[in-house]
Amino acid sequence: MTLIGWAQIGFVLLLVLALIKPLGIYMAKVFSGEKTFLAPILSPLETGIYRLSGINRDKEQGWLGYTLAMLAFSVAGFVVLYGMMRLQAWLPVNPQGFANVPSDLAFNTAASFVTNTNWQNYSGEAVMSNFTQMAGLAVQNFLSAATGMALAIAITRAFVRSKAETVGNFWVDATRATLYVLLPLAIIVTIAFIFLGLPQTMDASATATTLEGAKQVITLGPVASQEAIKQLGTNGGGFYNANAAHPFENPNAIADYLNIISMLSISAAMVYMFGQMAGNRKQGWVLISSIAILLIAGIGAIYWAETAGNPILTSLGLDPSLGNMEGKEVRFGQAASALYTAVTTGLSDGGVNSMIGSYTGLGGLVPMFLIHLGEVLPGGVGSGLYGLVVFAVLSVFVAGLMVGRTPEFLGKKIESREMKFAMLAVLILPLVILGFSSVSAVLPAAVAAIGTPGPHGLSEILYAYTSAAGNNGSAMAGLGGNTVWYNTTLGISMLLGRFGYVVPVMAIAGSLAAKQKIPSSKGTFPTDTPLFAGLLIGIILILGGLQFFPALALGPIVEHFAMMSGQTF
Amino acid sequence: MLKHLRPAFSLVILMTLVTGIAYPFAMTGVAKVAAPAKAQGSLIAKDGQIVGSALIGQNFSSDRYFWPRPSATSPNPYDPTGSGGSNLGPTAAKLKDRVTGDVDRLKKTGIATPIPADAVTASGSGLDPDITPDYALAQVERVAKARGVETAKVGDLVNAHIEKRLFGFIGEPHVNVLELNMALDALKS
Repeated sequence: MTLIGWAQIGFVLLLVLALIKPLGIYMAKVFSGEKTFLAPILSPLETGIYRLSGINRDKEQGWLGYTLAMLAFSVAGFVVLYGMMRLQAWLPVNPQGFANVPSDLAFNTAASFVTNTNWQNYSGEAVMSNFTQMAGLAVQNFLSAATGMALAIAITRAFVRSKAETVGNFWVDATRATLYVLLPLAIIVTIAFIFLGLPQTMDASATATTLEGAKQVITLGPVASQEAIKQLGTNGGGFYNANAAHPFENPNAIADYLNIISMLSISAAMVYMFGQMAGNRKQGWVLISSIAILLIAGIGAIYWAETAGNPILTSLGLDPSLGNMEGKEVRFGQAASALYTAVTTGLSDGGVNSMIGSYTGLGGLVPMFLIHLGEVLPGGVGSGLYGLVVFAVLSVFVAGLMVGRTPEFLGKKIESREMKFAMLAVLILPLVILGFSSVSAVLPAAVAAIGTPGPHGLSEILYAYTSAAGNNGSAMAGLGGNTVWYNTTLGISMLLGRFGYVVPVMAIAGSLAAKQKIPSSKGTFPTDTPLFAGLLIGIILILGGLQFFPALALGPIVEHFAMMSGQTF
Repeated sequence: MLKHLRPAFSLVILMTLVTGIAYPFAMTGVAKVAAPAKAQGSLIAKDGQIVGSALIGQNFSSDRYFWPRPSATSPNPYDPTGSGGSNLGPTAAKLKDRVTGDVDRLKKTGIATPIPADAVTASGSGLDPDITPDYALAQVERVAKARGVETAKVGDLVNAHIEKRLFGFIGEPHVNVLELNMALDALKS
């Protein structure tokens, strides 16, 4: 670790910090239905969309209606995307002439993009036509993110409103999230990306004759526009197989920082927006500080582990000063790689600028652990906020038990109904991850897909289900996941991880919205203090982390000791 | 649920038109005007012939050129139609064998030890256009000898091609291999 490395990390995080407040206030306006400065341009488009879709913008929905609308929207997105992949050979803008995508891969990919996971069992440049990429995959990058944002708004309103029967209108929230937040930001980021060197063209490729006379086919496409929404929507699905390690997705350090800032800003700002809308800005900052502490610890741990390097390679005569460079790009080095990896897993982005599968044991443990924590640091756009609210609700309850006060959060009493649903939500992750991982660890067809045998192989499997259930999308990509078993089970994991979590969360939203907002009294446990921040960190670590510790001990931790003693597999 | 299907499908289709068609095509139009060369992949031409992209690495195996990092793309190294890393774990025997082989090969060229780590590790993209200044400088003697040029001259060329950190802290110092090799060819003539 070097001072310059930490300066890079600090620089990026400070830029994000500066964006939190303005962006948070802007989003609070958008979702309160207020007019923003973009209204003159976007308002006619918005109204037109409502009219054509038969949406009554003034009619609000209860939590169940809101949830059903969200599910219908996801089903429609799934069907359209699945159909597009299965028919891409006959659709326009297919300059490479790619064939239709096989059914199991199309199922996996549709589930992946609709749930904001963006796990990719395919190599973008070799399977997906430019049309599928931009009119299918990139559209879900917008819509799955907008869906997450809408859900987060709904649960925020549960704390704003008192004795309310409705939590908002899903169609309006999703439309406004897309038009007023994601699209304008995507346009700004795309233009910046174009100047930084990302290709943006409808051409498929250029053919070069290298200096040594070999033929090199350089694949092109609308990369910049897709990269922008991939990050802003915390999707993470790359145009290319190598994702943001690919020089066309991420050509230099400035582009790398912009990638990271794009994925972090909206999620972090939503936490501020939560405090702002609920009438307690300090609450927003307390939540943001808890997140920041955990995230910076994660960045530091990866940075340290990867800088320490791989003693097996050092013993062969390598200079250890660069750290573990397998799977990393020279232009990023260790600090920018560690930063990207911690952010992409603390969020639910899942894009990578270095290959996590080639990380050291401990360097690979941290990103997995960050996903296990529930991706609330600060999580995916929307999904991070509602995940964080669930943890906050649990913390308030535990605090209430410890000091004998009535558990309240932002003026809402937390009772057994909310607790039951919160526990239901947080249990879905270990159930799916540990369930499918243990089956895959003994199923011969599943074991055959691992890339590096030994403890690393278990890590690859565990990481795959962690990433799928957590809707992250990053991978220890040595695992050859494009088989019927993995396509199917990972697809199911993604759907359960998204919708199995969201439905209980919406039930909490409905139940809290219906409660009366009570003013805080002397008997209230304050939730906007450093004490609460500490408690929240503890709950996140215990609930998120400890459940997976035995599995992590068998994978990455064993691998670490094997690596230190020079053992290979 | 059924009453939600009409808004669901029409919203998906309308948003496809806005975010899936209008947005990328408009951005492509902007790119054509604002930065046409970059939008087309930062291609480099020599004598009217495209020789590669400034951003994409390419393979060099001749002693007369600076070598890039190992590339894990298959079947050929530095193949942009199948980007990716080796994804081998740190304890993989395959990784150790590969690095051992590459270390031996480099030692035969007379490279000083310890060897810069980027010289024998595969990048994440398989298309890394850069090497570290250390690895570039370590190749100077071999290249100079193969070309029959003064070592100092080649060394100066490398030093002129080191891209330093912006403002002293942004990014990592690196050398673009293709650009360095093109300058090397120009040096001769």
